[in-house]
Amino acid sequence: MTAVLETEHLSLQFGGVNALSDLSIQIEAGSLHAIIGPNGAGKTSFFNCLTGYYKPTSGAVRFRGSEVTGLDAAKVAGLGIRRTFQNIRVFPKMSVLENVLAGGHLRATANLFSITVASPGFRRNERQLRSEAMSSLEFVGLADQWNNLAGDLPYGMRKRMELARVLIADPVVVLLDEPAAGVSSVEREELSRVIQRIHAQGTCVIMIEHDVDLVMEIATEVTVLDNGRIIASGLPQDVRNNPDVIRAYMGRKRK
Amino acid sequence: MAMVETVSRGRAKLDGFRAMRGGLVLAVVVLGALIPQMTQNQYYLGVAFQAEMLMCLALGLNIVVGYAGMLDLGFAAFFAIGAYTTGILSTKEHWSILASIAPGVVIAVVCALIIGFPTLRLRSDYLAVVTLGFGEIIQTIAINLNQTGGPTGIYAIPALTLGSVVVTSNTGYYYVFFVLVIVFALFSTRLRGSRLGRAWLCIREDEDAAKAMGINTNHYKLYAYVFGAVLGSITGSLYAPALTAISPASFGFSESLLIVMAVAIGGLGSIWGVMFGAAVVEIFPEVFRSFAQARLLVFGVLLVILMVVRPRGLFPERAFQGMATRVRRRLGRAAVGPGPSAGHVVLTVPTEES
Ligand SMILES: Nc1ncnc2c1ncn2[C@@H]1O[C@H](COP(=O)(O)OP(=O)(O)OP(=O)(O)O)[C@@H](O)[C@H]1O
Ligand SMILES: [Mg+2]
Repeated sequence: MTAVLETEHLSLQFGGVNALSDLSIQIEAGSLHAIIGPNGAGKTSFFNCLTGYYKPTSGAVRFRGSEVTGLDAAKVAGLGIRRTFQNIRVFPKMSVLENVLAGGHLRATANLFSITVASPGFRRNERQLRSEAMSSLEFVGLADQWNNLAGDLPYGMRKRMELARVLIADPVVVLLDEPAAGVSSVEREELSRVIQRIHAQGTCVIMIEHDVDLVMEIATEVTVLDNGRIIASGLPQDVRNNPDVIRAYMGRKRK
Repeated sequence: MAMVETVSRGRAKLDGFRAMRGGLVLAVVVLGALIPQMTQNQYYLGVAFQAEMLMCLALGLNIVVGYAGMLDLGFAAFFAIGAYTTGILSTKEHWSILASIAPGVVIAVVCALIIGFPTLRLRSDYLAVVTLGFGEIIQTIAINLNQTGGPTGIYAIPALTLGSVVVTSNTGYYYVFFVLVIVFALFSTRLRGSRLGRAWLCIREDEDAAKAMGINTNHYKLYAYVFGAVLGSITGSLYAPALTAISPASFGFSESLLIVMAVAIGGLGSIWGVMFGAAVVEIFPEVFRSFAQARLLVFGVLLVILMVVRPRGLFPERAFQGMATRVRRRLGRAAVGPGPSAGHVVLTVPTEES
């Protein structure tokens, strides 16, 4: 077993608040690792530390063995660590296709000269990207929406578009912040299928999710956070029966 | 299969859309090229030429404000840099106008880097203040330096020569700027359709999310600012021989504001919109000269109304598509958003439906 992404004694403070305390996690390559925990447990903050949006107060983040702590968010994305956001962030005034193309930004290679003269190389590169963007959209079932403005899509479709935008980058690790939150049960099924397919391709998926049933169904590993600490981790069924978890999380979350 | 079908269906619609757009572009270009043939009135030609010049500046600023979403209130500074570089080099050093464009561009780029590098990481409102200050500084330098001719500026700037052709008439400069507008518009279109344009729009729409795409936002903001500076400076370099005299008064805050207005009225990020906006900003006050002092007031009131009614400008990007969606919404056919195969193009190109 090899860890593709790991943290060591990661801590994050906001003023006096300990958002994360001494977090050491190993994310195995090819796993579908769920992060669960009550509201304010520090799940999103953890993602933000992994992806360069927050700089941890102390501790280290390692990706494939090399340290990426404190790297700029764009650099982290460039390494193949791609994420979605809890409060979906699409580019509303761009078309769905362009949103996905933006995800493939680093795969667009043309220089200024070939862009200006629309050189064959530039056109080929753009055509290639477009067809890959369409494949990504097809993957999440949004191919027919390609020419709509992203801002015009309903909530569930935006979530799927965010996934397509991640996929076009051919990521090594995908971080999903509550992919199924706030969507209908039909959309939830759809999203669950898409996530499983991403995982089935061999991509490592880390997923924050409140929907325990979904987590139990698809995760290969679960880590439970509470107050910025790990209170349990392991196989889904083990975690489910862990008394600490039931007390800290399930007891509060599920009526 | 399903996807291929959807795409090819989309393609067919897009091709129709493209053909229509191509025809429209051709019509506008031909019409524009014929304007000097339709009138010999020097006043009209002068206004038309000024409008073209403002279009060039607006296209330059559009990259900064329209694409990248950074409010630049000192854009006239780059215009001034081009005009003064050409003015000085052509009168004092006897450079040809064309040759003087390059040093103007170099100085503009260096200034853009010096101003942009530390400030572009700031939020947009700080940027507005810094660029405003930069505009004022450039104007102040022009007023106080001997080399720039002080408050009176530089006069007797030689004509633009293109090979054996010496451009002296209003008509001549009309065509020079006509070509420049087309070149700038084409350049903007190319940028917009590339990773540069996409990156800029992403930054405009949501800078943090742009980073998650792997976009180095600081670099791309700087690129936008530099491209804007280049277009502004080239426009200035050709403006100097067209007017034969330049003075600091033409490069103040009011000029910067005029360019911002052209971009905002027309539609941020939309090439057609921006050019139209420039024409409106230039021509409107002229048409309403009979209102004398009140014309600017009338203009201001209309501007406020416009910004309330159409906050994204007269012709924002994808205006037609957006309209189609809204129409469908209003008809209640898309209660949960655009339905399958909701190609907006269907509404704009009805003939493609069958
Ligand atoms: N930028 C910030 N500034 C100050 N405090 C923050 C910031 N971001 C997070 N926090 C704090 O860190 C703690 C963890 O927040 P976080 O958003 O990571 O929780 P979460 O587990 O994602 O919760 P939820 O389930 O509601 O999304 C909270 O107490 C929150 O108030
Ligand atoms: Mg969260």
